[in-house]
Amino acid sequence: MLQAPELTPEQIEKDKVYREMGLTDKEFEMIKNIMGRLPNFTETGIFSVMWSEHCSYKTSRPLLKKFPTEGPQVVQGPGEGAGVVDIGDGQGVVFKVESHNHPSAVEPYQGAATGVGGIIRDVFSMGARPIASLNSLRFGNLTNDRVKYLFEEVVHGIAGYGNCVGVPTVGGEVQFDDSYEGNPLVNAMCVGLIDVKDIQKGIAAGLGNTIMYVGSKTGRDGIHGATFASTDLTEETENNRSSVQVGDPFMEKLLIEACLEVIQSDALVGIQDMGAAGLTSSASEMASKAGMGLEMNLDLIPQREANMTAYEMMLSESQERMLLCVKKGQEQEIIDIFKKYDLDAVAVGTVTDDKQFRLYHQGEVVADIPVDNLAEDAPIFYKDSKVPAYYEEFQSMPDYQPKVTNYSETLAKLLQQPTIASKEYVYDQYDSMVQGNTVFSPGSDAAVVRIRDYNKSIAMTIDCNSRYIYLDPETGGKIAVAEAARNIVATGAKPLAITDGLNFGNPDKPENFWQMEKSIDGISEACLALDTPVISGNVSLYNETNDESIYPTPIIGMVGIHESLDDITPSHFQADGDLIYIIGETKAEFGGSELQNVLEGKYFGKAPSIDLEVEVERQKQLLEAIQTGLIQSAHDISEGGMAVAVVESLFSKKKLGASIEVTGDITSALFSESQSRFIVSIKEQNKAAFESICKYAMPLGKVTNTENIQITQEGKTILEESVRELEQLWKGAIPCLLK
Amino acid sequence: MKFAVVVFPGSNCDRDMYYAAKDVLGEEAELVWYTEANLENYDAVLIPGGFSYGDYLRCGAIASTSDVVSQLKKLAERGVPILGVCNGFQILLESQLLPGAMLQNKNLKFMCHFENLIVENNETIFTSEYEKGEVVSMPIAHAEGNYYCDEETLAKLKANNQIVFTYQNNPNGSLANIAGIVNEKGNVLGMMPHPERAAEAILGSSDGLKLFQSIVKNWRESYVAGA
Repeated sequence: MLQAPELTPEQIEKDKVYREMGLTDKEFEMIKNIMGRLPNFTETGIFSVMWSEHCSYKTSRPLLKKFPTEGPQVVQGPGEGAGVVDIGDGQGVVFKVESHNHPSAVEPYQGAATGVGGIIRDVFSMGARPIASLNSLRFGNLTNDRVKYLFEEVVHGIAGYGNCVGVPTVGGEVQFDDSYEGNPLVNAMCVGLIDVKDIQKGIAAGLGNTIMYVGSKTGRDGIHGATFASTDLTEETENNRSSVQVGDPFMEKLLIEACLEVIQSDALVGIQDMGAAGLTSSASEMASKAGMGLEMNLDLIPQREANMTAYEMMLSESQERMLLCVKKGQEQEIIDIFKKYDLDAVAVGTVTDDKQFRLYHQGEVVADIPVDNLAEDAPIFYKDSKVPAYYEEFQSMPDYQPKVTNYSETLAKLLQQPTIASKEYVYDQYDSMVQGNTVFSPGSDAAVVRIRDYNKSIAMTIDCNSRYIYLDPETGGKIAVAEAARNIVATGAKPLAITDGLNFGNPDKPENFWQMEKSIDGISEACLALDTPVISGNVSLYNETNDESIYPTPIIGMVGIHESLDDITPSHFQADGDLIYIIGETKAEFGGSELQNVLEGKYFGKAPSIDLEVEVERQKQLLEAIQTGLIQSAHDISEGGMAVAVVESLFSKKKLGASIEVTGDITSALFSESQSRFIVSIKEQNKAAFESICKYAMPLGKVTNTENIQITQEGKTILEESVRELEQLWKGAIPCLLK
Repeated sequence: MKFAVVVFPGSNCDRDMYYAAKDVLGEEAELVWYTEANLENYDAVLIPGGFSYGDYLRCGAIASTSDVVSQLKKLAERGVPILGVCNGFQILLESQLLPGAMLQNKNLKFMCHFENLIVENNETIFTSEYEKGEVVSMPIAHAEGNYYCDEETLAKLKANNQIVFTYQNNPNGSLANIAGIVNEKGNVLGMMPHPERAAEAILGSSDGLKLFQSIVKNWRESYVAGA
């Protein structure tokens, strides 16, 4: 850690101390030019966090420009705390995903907990009430104790924070692969509901207006967190525990309620969360966005520890803090609202018109920086990109043809693969129902939360198959968006927009940068085709351990709307005698499949193909059939293929079975991971109407009351198993691995 | 009938409870901030779940020292219906309005899912709309719901028919499968499962609704009888 006594500007330059803070020689030269002098220690620290990848997106920005971000449904695109989409009736849905990977690798409970807290603050700082949380987690395989510890503590941390703060954790996904062994991924998404007229901005506008600090006191926790998040994890990183913040969900709960009261006050001008780079980023961004300057007296900052330096206060990432801009003379109104919740609101600064970011401490000016240069002018890097050798090799391979002889055994094995197995162990620890609006909780294709007082609900999902993206980033990127949309459509909702959590390795490696480039191309193309613009997101780079990159993992969080509560469609089969259909054609596609993992222990070859036009058509037809009232259940086909999707549709309290008749190659029919497919069930009397809408639907079988799954080909049984026994294997797999 | 929903710092099922009483049940209900509460103006008091004071010290311990709990004690003596759910139950225990204490769940983890409950006593103002022995489905969501008391207290609870709900499949290690108990007088009910989350079919169960309906019906009858 960097310690006081502080070095002089000359020493910082001579000994290249700025490098320890994460700045390059070239960046330091730029800073000298901006300042017209050598920056002091505090100023160097402030630049280093604002110009970190985490805050400035200096590496990813050229790529992020490719995302489609507009559409009639978009009320607020990227750039504010979170994006907003219109859901009618003057209401908007606010959402964003954020990563907390590096903190979670070092201190999994607090790392995950504060990830949840941070994204919830992003949402309520927009003025929205947080109504749902989701999370996307990646770990190594559950074979060593360290991975088990990380997995259990991350889940425990999400539960500990989310349950207390009273936002239901309604959905998520967990996958396991060796590439995440030393560098788990913890991406948290929060969804909020707002009356569009109440949307707040993070601005410090109005000359002479007051800057107020609210929430927890500032301590030494999390100093340089943003920089820490922007470097590779090494064995020494373990010693960086002081970079990890500690969360207090009780304080957050009070802040939510107080801030939602404050936004109704006409005294409020702007509000922003103190997230990454804490006081530095919130204050400088608020001033820069408003075209103003800002002065703060750091003596007035509520401090948890004695003798904190300006550097420490400005770089602290203590949690549960907000910065407000308040009309001059109306501070008391704000103070009174916070007082009800035993929270202090303290005036710490003033809006100026000289566009300088000026800080005073103990009677001296300790920083005086042109604010626009600080907030906007981080250098942009155009990294080299190179097609990885592995990709060319995979593309030139003949199609992988798995050899399966025992279909029952294979299905049982697939159901016990941790990535497919029930995640009940995880989501049972989350309060998924608080607030009393949860219609579909974790375990469904997408979570569904009804909007009180209206005949509508929203569907939410978070998803990414990183194996496909590793094999073929562009195709995999398309699949990630298409699959998220399939999840939404299967519940009967229309997809509206996405947030993306882009997790990659070190972008200085040209092969990694190529993965980023191509997957963003794929995501962008799919977003255009599916009319789901990107309204917010997060970038996490340098996800490596000891020089090994994670699989490229651009996680897609998607939100959709049910235009009527009648459209809400379950994923489970509903009644004996219903007809089962498969929508979409099945090809022999096994590259990156769970079956390949089971049989070969690795992934290679080509990712499954996807045709976005076909995808859109199938989704539209299914949604139309649902809205016409023809569909009893719908479930998308993903990892493990059709057989897994069918038995998952039986894992409910309904005590049903299914008889399925397959054609063609049995292995492909059962286990291929061809895209753009669904399993649906319908009442027999709706057969003709359904078939006339869903052109790609083919009869697959019938729901039975036997509690057995029977699969036949030309009348000959190829698989017959008890649903209860399969369900026990599926449910027991993860608890069994943790023992 | 007019319900008060007492809101402590950290309560988070307050609005759920309020909507169950107001929108689903169609009665009057108000959210009452703990420092501003004058509970004299209400016909029944609902203490919602959540994490009052962040569960610091012990679940419900800090809330039990508040002035509003002194008011609750007087109302309890007067026979006013008081329902504490989840953290509300924990507060009633810490306030000694109900006997016993909560331990951590036997698996030491928070758990959230629907559980089947058995209505053991349908002769209370909270359960008269149920059948005795009826099996109802309501969600639980807690880390400390493992009810415990000494043998003497348990014997009393049994003798006075104070055990109102038990779990069909005990999820948390609770003594005698206890999910909810009333005081001797029968007007204070504490329960870990959430009836307010099971008041509408769209949320997975409407089995909790009868509990609220029982309160209203009994209040109306006593009100009419008293008038």
